[in-house]
Amino acid sequence: MRLVNLHPDRASAIALGVLPFVILLFTYVLGSNARLAENPDDKLLPSGSSLVASVRAYALEEDRRSGQRLLWADTAASMKRIGYALAISAAIGIALGVAIGTVPYIRSLLAPLVAALSMIPPLAILPILFVVLGLGETAKIALIVIGITPVIVRDLALRASELPQEQLIKAQTLGASSWLLATRIILPQLLPRLLDATRLQLGAAWLFLIAAEAIASTEGLGYRIFLVRRYMAMDVIIPYVVWITAIAFAMDWGLRALRARLFPWAGDAK
Amino acid sequence: MTITVRRVWKTYGPQVVLENLNFNVGDHEFVTIVGASGCGKTTFLRMLLGIEKPSRGEILIDGQPIAPEPGPERGIVFQRYACFPHLTVLENVLLGLELGGAPLLGRLFGAKRRAAIDKARALLDAVGLDAARNKYPAQLSGGMQQRLSIAQSVICEPKVLLLDEPFGALDPGITADMHEIVLRLWAANKMTIFMVTHDLQESFALGTRVLVFDKTRHDPQAPEAYGATVTYDIPLNRRPGHEHPRAARTLATA
Repeated sequence: MRLVNLHPDRASAIALGVLPFVILLFTYVLGSNARLAENPDDKLLPSGSSLVASVRAYALEEDRRSGQRLLWADTAASMKRIGYALAISAAIGIALGVAIGTVPYIRSLLAPLVAALSMIPPLAILPILFVVLGLGETAKIALIVIGITPVIVRDLALRASELPQEQLIKAQTLGASSWLLATRIILPQLLPRLLDATRLQLGAAWLFLIAAEAIASTEGLGYRIFLVRRYMAMDVIIPYVVWITAIAFAMDWGLRALRARLFPWAGDAK
Repeated sequence: MTITVRRVWKTYGPQVVLENLNFNVGDHEFVTIVGASGCGKTTFLRMLLGIEKPSRGEILIDGQPIAPEPGPERGIVFQRYACFPHLTVLENVLLGLELGGAPLLGRLFGAKRRAAIDKARALLDAVGLDAARNKYPAQLSGGMQQRLSIAQSVICEPKVLLLDEPFGALDPGITADMHEIVLRLWAANKMTIFMVTHDLQESFALGTRVLVFDKTRHDPQAPEAYGATVTYDIPLNRRPGHEHPRAARTLATA
């Protein structure tokens, strides 16, 4: 048989998927052991036991200064920021996407602006946001929104323009006004795409969140990583990175499950 | 309801697609339009629909110029992309009643909705789709999608129904069923139907009148210089549904 025609069964597929993780972990343990054998105070690749100790200290014990369990306090702060930002971006994205995709006059008015705005590197205007909006939550949420909304708008407007003309003409022969065309035909067909677009922007959203937290914050996952970096506390940084990855992965999976649940007609997400 | 086509031309720049169309269509006629591909059949249908304008001349419905955009008095069934993928079969048919009956939300509630559902289900029954009413279009075969698309248009009770090669992408076996459904709905709803097809047999099997579009003049040096016009206008004085094999053969060799 040709290699391209050989398919793993379910058990082997899972085993194959887990294999690279095991290899990575094994490599880390080997490297960590080797470095610690040479220098017991080495900070670069902390041992499993010191990682567990740090996780326990951050997740289960109250911080002496603030009286909080830091991992959970940081997670709550970051989730609040990214949650608000994603909700605002999705709302603006779907409203503008439908409007630009439906009404030629609005497209002429707004499409060039959105195209230009999407080219601004968001981190370049972070100082402006801090100056104008202060160092509080608003600036951080605004950075994420500015970073991901133009991409979502452009994606949705593109999808709206890809809807078959036949559908839009047909709806008009069934008595649809411009308003009903937007709300009953175009909007519902763009909602699954909105979830896809948001999913694809999750990585960018986290990037902007951590950048904003690293520069000016008093709590949050990104803030903590950059704080303990000063002490080269890899035993804290590594669990935090793993934790952020796990959250992002869960959000991605959740949005995909939501799409399958709400929009069974839209087929599988890619 | 009569349609008057008066000295209609359609040109795109130097290219003449249709030239000097002149005819009247009376109430409750079933007009089939045949011709070679690229002869402007679909362009003519698009002018009736209101998404193309004649370059010269005019098309009148009951003496009034045709509206410059699609509207509920002129239904359309395209060859593909017929249905709305996000709505179930029943919702697809309900849509016409909802869009026309609720300008703000596009949805009906209570007694109005129940009445609309009854009407939609009666129509779905007539096209043999009532059992599939809770499926999505993607779960239907091509023939079922076209039946859905026809039911969807007919529920608005359009005065004119336009069919753009509606069965062109279907298996021949299914086409006979589709013909029967279209003829039944045509008889029940007193519509005027224009159907574009490339199938001569079909045009004679369904129509009360066959229009043949073709070029009468050719310039080998400038193939775009002349457009198509109606070369044959054949009234079929009979009940529709019976073949006219001899007429079809004569035409095929013409």
